[in-house]
Amino acid sequence: MIDRLTGLPGLENPLLWILAVPLGAAGFLAVLRDWRVASWVNVAASALTFIASLVLLRVRPAPTKLFFIDDFNVYLVVLTAFVGLTTSVFSAAYIARESEGNRLSDLHLRFYHAMYQAFLFTMLLALSANNTGVMWVAVEAATLTTVLMVSLYRTREAIEAAWKYFILCSVGIGLALFGTILVYLAAQPVMGDGADSMAWTEMMRRAAEFQPDLLNLAFVFVLVGYGTKVGLAPLHAWLPDAHAEGPTPISAVLSGLLLNVALYALLRFKMLLSANGQTLSPGPLLVVMGLSSLFLSAFMLYRRGDIKRLFAYSSIEHMGLITFAFGMGGPLANFAGLLHMTMHSLTKSAIFFAVGIISQNEGTKRIADIRGLTMSHPVLGWGFVLAVLAIAGLPPMGVFMSEFLVLGSTFSRQPLLALPLAIALLLAFGALISRLQMMAFGEPPPRSAVQSHAGRASSILALTPLWLHMALVLMAGLYLPAPLVAWFHTVARMLG
Amino acid sequence: MGAGQISYDVAHLIGATVLMAGLQLLYQRRLFAVINTFAFQALALAAAAGWQAHVQNAPHLYVTAGIALVFKAMIVPFALHWLIEKLGIHRSVETAMSIGWTMMAGVALVALSILLVLPVTANAAALTRESLALAMSVVLIGLLMMITRRNAVTQVVGFMALENGLILAAVSAKGMPLVVEISVAFSVLVAMTLFGIFFFRIRERFDTLDINDVETYRGDRQ
Repeated sequence: MIDRLTGLPGLENPLLWILAVPLGAAGFLAVLRDWRVASWVNVAASALTFIASLVLLRVRPAPTKLFFIDDFNVYLVVLTAFVGLTTSVFSAAYIARESEGNRLSDLHLRFYHAMYQAFLFTMLLALSANNTGVMWVAVEAATLTTVLMVSLYRTREAIEAAWKYFILCSVGIGLALFGTILVYLAAQPVMGDGADSMAWTEMMRRAAEFQPDLLNLAFVFVLVGYGTKVGLAPLHAWLPDAHAEGPTPISAVLSGLLLNVALYALLRFKMLLSANGQTLSPGPLLVVMGLSSLFLSAFMLYRRGDIKRLFAYSSIEHMGLITFAFGMGGPLANFAGLLHMTMHSLTKSAIFFAVGIISQNEGTKRIADIRGLTMSHPVLGWGFVLAVLAIAGLPPMGVFMSEFLVLGSTFSRQPLLALPLAIALLLAFGALISRLQMMAFGEPPPRSAVQSHAGRASSILALTPLWLHMALVLMAGLYLPAPLVAWFHTVARMLG
Repeated sequence: MGAGQISYDVAHLIGATVLMAGLQLLYQRRLFAVINTFAFQALALAAAAGWQAHVQNAPHLYVTAGIALVFKAMIVPFALHWLIEKLGIHRSVETAMSIGWTMMAGVALVALSILLVLPVTANAAALTRESLALAMSVVLIGLLMMITRRNAVTQVVGFMALENGLILAAVSAKGMPLVVEISVAFSVLVAMTLFGIFFFRIRERFDTLDINDVETYRGDRQ
């Protein structure tokens, strides 16, 4: 009964392990001197977290005052733990090669590993929080940890990127806090003082009695606040810089996970508005922001010269698409949005794994200097081709299926909106394919043949997560297991 | 009404003082004056939190008041003074928008907040309503300051003024759980150390803290 009173989960609760393991590991890694050992401790801790998250699929702990697991967040917890694990494996290989070039000191590496686990902890905390305040604190902490990691290389560009990221996202989460306070004020007259008025489980039950005007005002603040962190246009300015200048494993988790977490926070508030029923509909706002992100990034993709920036803009595009889908609402569009969140996480992190190895091999991030990848590094090159084709939305990958569902459901309900959506998707497709052609095919520059022998073992280690993700994305495109589909449908209905 | 009326008036008075300090921030031309005004705002915020603790009979709000008093009104201004001396930062405020226009925009934001908040909070307690309008004005003015000032230090002060507005809103929301206040204060602490590190790093690499100079690098290197 202790967990009922304090709000903290008990020992038998998998949630405790999911949160305690990364937190403990962060503390341990902060004092561990040898970075080689540290990178494996990092993998081991991530693996433990992932195993604990799998237990959640079988055992659903009862909600406490501070934490809860329902059909919606359980899948994001598992996804986050999984990508966290594969990225930690990639990171071990990446760091091993990075330190060959002495780009990072031992102290920086110690710091990096501790921050990696702290970052996983904050994301899992945000996902499992039953209290809007705790959720906000977790998102803020996630920002702080990532700012520190983005500035890891200490170059002028990295510091500027981190500064921009920090200022914009601090303001964003400041506004999100104001929205959170307003939601509390809407709940407080109905449910009384105290923690109940901030608990999702309690608020959802009585949302219909909340004052709709106050919820409207709150949602505007939450949308701008968490929307900044999702990277929705016109609040996206921090995203390409932060992705481009940090270490590549961090770009992978930023793109694949953090954006999802921010979107999750936004969707929880949207569910509250839907449960109220008398508020303005949040749908059109999301649709407009989603579409503008799609268009902006589709055009920006054409002008990128930096490979990491290219895929950072592609993340804006896909977050725009997902937001659009949830904005349309209804069972089918929500289903597509949920599926696309998963597919984008897996594919985009796989792309960043590939990009990390490519930029280490070639010693550059400039697209113009990267040629003939399929010739010089076949396993890496074809994996990269597969991943980029997947993210561009080519069948039979999972991304194609979710994009097709978004487009199809939009077409059946709002044909006029389907047209700009299709145009933006095609524009982005063209940009990605033309860039891919330049990088993957043609004659490789002569020097890369010499370099490819260096660090072969770590290359294999780095390639495993890439191919694993791509196998999952391909499988999802060909066949989705029936229980998974049924479960996606349940969540889609929850989202309203 | 009696005691209720007094508690209401005092809360208003203090909340309005926080807002006045916010407006005052907008027309300072020297960096040290900006920091001193911020310290004054934090002092007023501490008073607001203390008064709410007394009125709501919520002792945990005294902690919030203490944090505002010790950390924001004392340590942060001292640290900023020290940083400016240490780094030899240019001591006048560089504006992206003239002070007259900034003041007018500030006043417009206050009007906007009142017009927005009062109608939608008809059900909330009267004490909460007006405080919320004041808090939202402070938040928006902090945002305005971040947009219209160029130096890194003034942007940071703008951000902290925004945070002051948030805490004013949080303490005025009746019975809001402790978790939030403590964590907000804690986050500010972390954020501040972070800023400190940033200043040093920026100083290591650049000759100036002017954000415009930092942002020479935009978009791609082709």
